[in-house]
Amino acid sequence: MPIDILMPALSPTMEQGKLAKWLKAEGDRVKAGDIIAEIETDKATMEVEAVDEGVLAKILVADGTENVAVNTPIGVIAADGEDVNAAASGAAKAPPAPQAAEAPAPVAPAEAPAAPAAAPSVPAQAKAYDAASEFPAGAEIVTMTVREALRDAMAEEMRRDADVFVMGEEVAEYQGAYKVTQGLLQEFGARRVIDTPITEHGFAGIGVGAALTGLKPIVEFMTFNFAMQAIDQIINSAAKTLYMSGGQMGCPIVFRGPNGAAARVAAQHSHDYAAWYSNVPGLKVVMPYSASDAKGLLKSAIRDPNPIIFLENEILYGRSFEVPKGDDFLVPIGKAKVVRPGTDVTIVSFGIGMTYALGAAEALAKEGIEAEVIDLRTIRPMDIETVIASVQKTNRCVAVEEGFPQSGVTAEIGMKIMEAAFDYLDAPVARVTGKDVPMPYAANLEKLALPNVGEVVAAAKAVCYRA
Amino acid sequence: MAIAARKTKAGDSAKVAGKTPAKTATRGKSESKAISNIPVFDKEEELHAYREMLLIRRFEEKAGQMYGMGLIGGFCHLYIGQEAVVIGMQMASKEGDQIITGYRDHGHMLACGMESRGVMAELTGRRGGYSRGKGGSMHMFSREKNFYGGHGIVGAQVSLGAGLGFANWYRQDGRVSMAYFGDGAANQGQVYESFNMAQLWKLPVVFVIENNRYAMGTSVNRASAQTDFSRRGVSFGIPGEQVDGMDVRAVRAAGQRAIDHARSGKGPYILEMQTYRYRGHSMSDPAKYRSKDEVQRMREEHDPIEQVRGRLTREHKVGEDEFKAIDAKVREIVNDAAEFATHDPEPDVSELFTDILLEPAQA
Repeated sequence: MPIDILMPALSPTMEQGKLAKWLKAEGDRVKAGDIIAEIETDKATMEVEAVDEGVLAKILVADGTENVAVNTPIGVIAADGEDVNAAASGAAKAPPAPQAAEAPAPVAPAEAPAAPAAAPSVPAQAKAYDAASEFPAGAEIVTMTVREALRDAMAEEMRRDADVFVMGEEVAEYQGAYKVTQGLLQEFGARRVIDTPITEHGFAGIGVGAALTGLKPIVEFMTFNFAMQAIDQIINSAAKTLYMSGGQMGCPIVFRGPNGAAARVAAQHSHDYAAWYSNVPGLKVVMPYSASDAKGLLKSAIRDPNPIIFLENEILYGRSFEVPKGDDFLVPIGKAKVVRPGTDVTIVSFGIGMTYALGAAEALAKEGIEAEVIDLRTIRPMDIETVIASVQKTNRCVAVEEGFPQSGVTAEIGMKIMEAAFDYLDAPVARVTGKDVPMPYAANLEKLALPNVGEVVAAAKAVCYRA
Repeated sequence: MAIAARKTKAGDSAKVAGKTPAKTATRGKSESKAISNIPVFDKEEELHAYREMLLIRRFEEKAGQMYGMGLIGGFCHLYIGQEAVVIGMQMASKEGDQIITGYRDHGHMLACGMESRGVMAELTGRRGGYSRGKGGSMHMFSREKNFYGGHGIVGAQVSLGAGLGFANWYRQDGRVSMAYFGDGAANQGQVYESFNMAQLWKLPVVFVIENNRYAMGTSVNRASAQTDFSRRGVSFGIPGEQVDGMDVRAVRAAGQRAIDHARSGKGPYILEMQTYRYRGHSMSDPAKYRSKDEVQRMREEHDPIEQVRGRLTREHKVGEDEFKAIDAKVREIVNDAAEFATHDPEPDVSELFTDILLEPAQA
């Protein structure tokens, strides 16, 4: 059968081109790989190779022809032993359309299924998640620091599953730069508690590679500021591979470490990355405040089959909270918690932002304003329904974070409330954020750069139209 | 599909003739190479290598043609010219060993035994593709065949490949990971971070540097202070070799040494495969950075497939008819794949929102 040579597309965007020159004449023998013609695109002159053996039976588009549409037959190759004239006469048939009849045409956006990413599907009366049942009934309650809670979570999960291991800088012999991994090396040994060189990009990639085989790494960054060196592996390799592999390659990995401002460590050690990671499909982003949430969420994160960004806070490491004893205590990822009920205004925050939210609620109560305080706990997927349920009751909302204002998590909260509960709002959603500046070193400037209780109180009063 | 599904078990091939020198001849001198230094393949091995390389060659030619017809979109990087590298390495590897590479990945997938249909349908973005149409040319995977991609970020696969080796070390399961990357990727920082940790922890990884002389349009001399890539691990104490990557026998022999080294717990090994891509970096590359003569000379004097064909003709008396039968079989596979990939439907629109996260198991 004669084979049509079609005008080739030579770039992702090419639609037509000039047939600059034939390098073979009619009757010439060609074999696969031979250059037979030159095509000029808008960008360059390209060579066209024969992909079959035979004889160039006929040239259908002459040298120098401009604006030849992609897929137009430009010549005919006759197979070995085939009659050249017979071949040429059969060459007029149209080229196969790139989209065969059986293949559906690209679907118009209107036909696409309702996108979960569009307006959140919140029922008319949203239902808040009830976190009260998280503490197992009858469990003994102990007081421990966030640091201890995180360590216990890792130790318990490592005892439970031999595929879980910890790697990072100073996690083993030094016992953790912030002592979060204290005692793990002694209990689990050097194969499962691994000191890495200072090489974030490399060990993040090694962790992801190990996770693709089914191991469950906990990769500790000494701070998430250093994870900037590794962000390509986190985003491009960990978050996207499941999708790009059509569901074959899951990546069960936890990236954890302190995030955001500590104290007097200036711009390169104070960045809050919650908004960055929460922008990426394929990741879950967790940012606990209390020790019980730190423990229960980290255990859930380690068991989760997806890449998790687990954002801790150095200042919170030493704070103590009540935590239920026992290995079975889990906090679900993707569920917010109403930590203080109220009726007048909703204050939403997460991580260390909760200290401002709770402080403000206390101050507001003294002035007769009852704030409902919600700890998001997970940034992605965001439990907006619990927030909406509260806003439907209070009709006012203040969102609080330490991160920068533009494209921040609070910006997202405000947008989601507008999409789902616009009619319930009696005032625009307000936000209190870190200031739009790199973190300064000087004590007075650093204080100004961070949110404070007073700002949250002022914002709450403003949305309540109270002086 | 027998052609794509075969893998030669390590160790069952004939012992190489004589001791191969640590450094095989560099390109351009292969004519003058002492024959006695080149490991010998028996007829079955030659035929196996011929069929496997020819499948990649024909598959890639067809992919180029289908790109020209608009059936394949985006970027498409062809492996034509480099076939001996991945086939020789596969002949040295064992079942269970892992492979990971960059964006020029079609050949590696076929060499792993992945189905031509599934690869081609991924190129055309159809539901029967290995990633159900969601990955494309640069992003394909097969857990079943231990093929870990298919990565579009230059150099990322080196750390990931070290991570595969880490998993083997952690599990102590005797597997070896092969991380392929090019002369361009060899200048990425994470490559050296990975070298360091791989040697520090003695991870079973073979780093295969496919030096095809051009990182897109930049020749190695313009990009690399040290163009002997086998020496890139010297400061970490990682042994390395330069290999004639156009000679599948040399590749297999070097691959065997490297894999044995890694499998025995001695840590990583670097192989610089001196190879050449005949086509542009991608389909839209006019390749003005090199002369036509240079390309033509490589094709005529060093073609990996023609070398095997020549030996089969001369030494094993394989006749024209037998070659024709092999060629026809390969063409049939490739044409079938192209036909499938042309008519297989696009993914269902519901696929847009699947495979983003996995459901956690119920505790």
